[in-house]
Amino acid sequence: MAKVLALVDRDPRDGTVLRSACALLTLARRFGEPVAVVGGDRPDAEAIRTLGRFGAVEVWCLAEAGAALGSGPADQPAAPAPALGSEPDPDPATDTDLLHHLAARLHPAAILIPATHRGQETAARLAVRLDSGIITNAVDVLPGPDGGPVAIQRCLAGSYLVESSVVRGTPVITVRPEAAVPEPRPVTPVVRTAGVEPAKIPRARIVASPEIVADRPGLDHADIVVAGGRGIGSRAAFAVLAEVADALGAAVAGSHTAAELGWVPREARVGLTGKTVQPRLYLACGVSGSVRHRAGMQGAKTVVAIGDDPQAPIFKLADLGVVGDVRAILPALLAEIRSRKTPDGGPAESTESDQTHSTDS
Amino acid sequence: MKIVVLTKHVPQAMGEVTYADDLTVDRSAVRCRLQDGDEYAVEQALRIAARRLDVQVTALTMGPAGAVAALRSALALGADEGVHVLDDALHGCDAPATSLVLAAACRRLGFDLVLCGTASADGAMSVVPAMLAERLAVPALCQCDRLHTDEDRVHAHRDAGGTAEDLTATMPAVLSVTDRSGEPRYPRFEAIAEARHKLVRTWTLADLGIDTRRVGLTAAATAVHRVTRPAPRTATVPGTDPAEAATRIADFLTERQFL
Repeated sequence: MAKVLALVDRDPRDGTVLRSACALLTLARRFGEPVAVVGGDRPDAEAIRTLGRFGAVEVWCLAEAGAALGSGPADQPAAPAPALGSEPDPDPATDTDLLHHLAARLHPAAILIPATHRGQETAARLAVRLDSGIITNAVDVLPGPDGGPVAIQRCLAGSYLVESSVVRGTPVITVRPEAAVPEPRPVTPVVRTAGVEPAKIPRARIVASPEIVADRPGLDHADIVVAGGRGIGSRAAFAVLAEVADALGAAVAGSHTAAELGWVPREARVGLTGKTVQPRLYLACGVSGSVRHRAGMQGAKTVVAIGDDPQAPIFKLADLGVVGDVRAILPALLAEIRSRKTPDGGPAESTESDQTHSTDS
Repeated sequence: MKIVVLTKHVPQAMGEVTYADDLTVDRSAVRCRLQDGDEYAVEQALRIAARRLDVQVTALTMGPAGAVAALRSALALGADEGVHVLDDALHGCDAPATSLVLAAACRRLGFDLVLCGTASADGAMSVVPAMLAERLAVPALCQCDRLHTDEDRVHAHRDAGGTAEDLTATMPAVLSVTDRSGEPRYPRFEAIAEARHKLVRTWTLADLGIDTRRVGLTAAATAVHRVTRPAPRTATVPGTDPAEAATRIADFLTERQFL
């Protein structure tokens, strides 16, 4: 069975495997043997366990700087770190270099890369080096008639679904992180290292990475967005919506009207004249779904709408639509979410509903 | 210092756009304009030009004859000259072929900085800037929110999902800017009139030394099988009492692993 490479995206701060990597491994299983590729620092045991839980048969990472460059069989089991004091390589191999090396070595059926800024650049450079076809921002990847991957993209502001496949070289596909729900299939991965010569291309250097200090995730990259419109009715009711967002770990957005009324800051306005968001979940509360609002959110993977007008256009987009009074439903939803979160050790808030679940551990 | 700004001619309103019989975007049926994102790139080029004396800004486009209108818009905003790569063989170019043609044109023009907008509005291929950088063997700084240049380096700031990044690279480099980089200026009427008299050169693939078999629809490394309209996806729950509705939503969120 052909191998399918999945580039693993890790949290730059603590090195934990991000959800997108698990989603990519889940997709990779559909048409081959999933192989996780980890660039940068050696992954820790916890990261490898996570990758194994989602079916990574092999985990490839870079050999320590200078350890295996161009010498002998480099696929020995992970070696211990080199002695202290050895000169650190100023320019370690990039994800592109590693994937380029592995593409030549493992002849994979496809290379899946998360569609982040970094991922897009890696995929672009890789496709040029391999002279392969590339498909970007796939929302789904399925096995085609010949067993190869067929990728589905949303094009022209989400109004068309385009199915395409790569006909030259190793398919390079960037996949939107929300494309698949990770499904565990535990295996014990084999960790291998590759000695890779970095390409002689000058690169941009990160001189600082200031952390964005915010109590909520930024709207642009939020996994979940909770949006409110005129139907919310008042600033006080909007505060409940913000609490729902906090309970879900979501970003808060507003329709054009909500921003005009001052319920949300203008930067949080979603639509033609505001932000375009592509979250995994878009919870639209009291939003009618005018053309200008839909333009900003129809890339969302899943849409849940709550509103009182069954004819509102937002319900045509929604995976789940609830017709009802949003001001009554939101507090009930907030209590429900909190009560479901607490048993997993989430933030325990002593609301009445919490006390129905025993949380003594 | 030479700055090349990549511009693209895209359909004016997405609603009326359709796919042609060969499954490429049908551009002939709709009015087109300079892509919004590219206006930001032109703006950044002009801001650099305002601080240095030696800057030459060239707008570069490839596409059918009508694409020259995108160049004129860029010239009206303040670019000094335009280059239009026009060749019948270009129809249906995919991202690798597009970057091949643009790289050849950039090499022929000479450049210190290539600026472009982020993703194109019609094809959603945000990889062309990085491919171009790979072909030109220069650094790529994609999706930058702020940038400034000094003697021979370019500094940029971008949002990398959760954290921000301050980047620096030696020029020459390829850089794409987002719509957060600074509002583009609105051209004065005189500038629009003057733009008609600025130099626009038209180059063919032969001028760039590119074999026509390496570009266009036949050379595409990807094949489109099917274009469909997404089916409406709705399960509407009619008016229920709030607690029941909340349970229903929470069940849905649990089922899709959001909780």
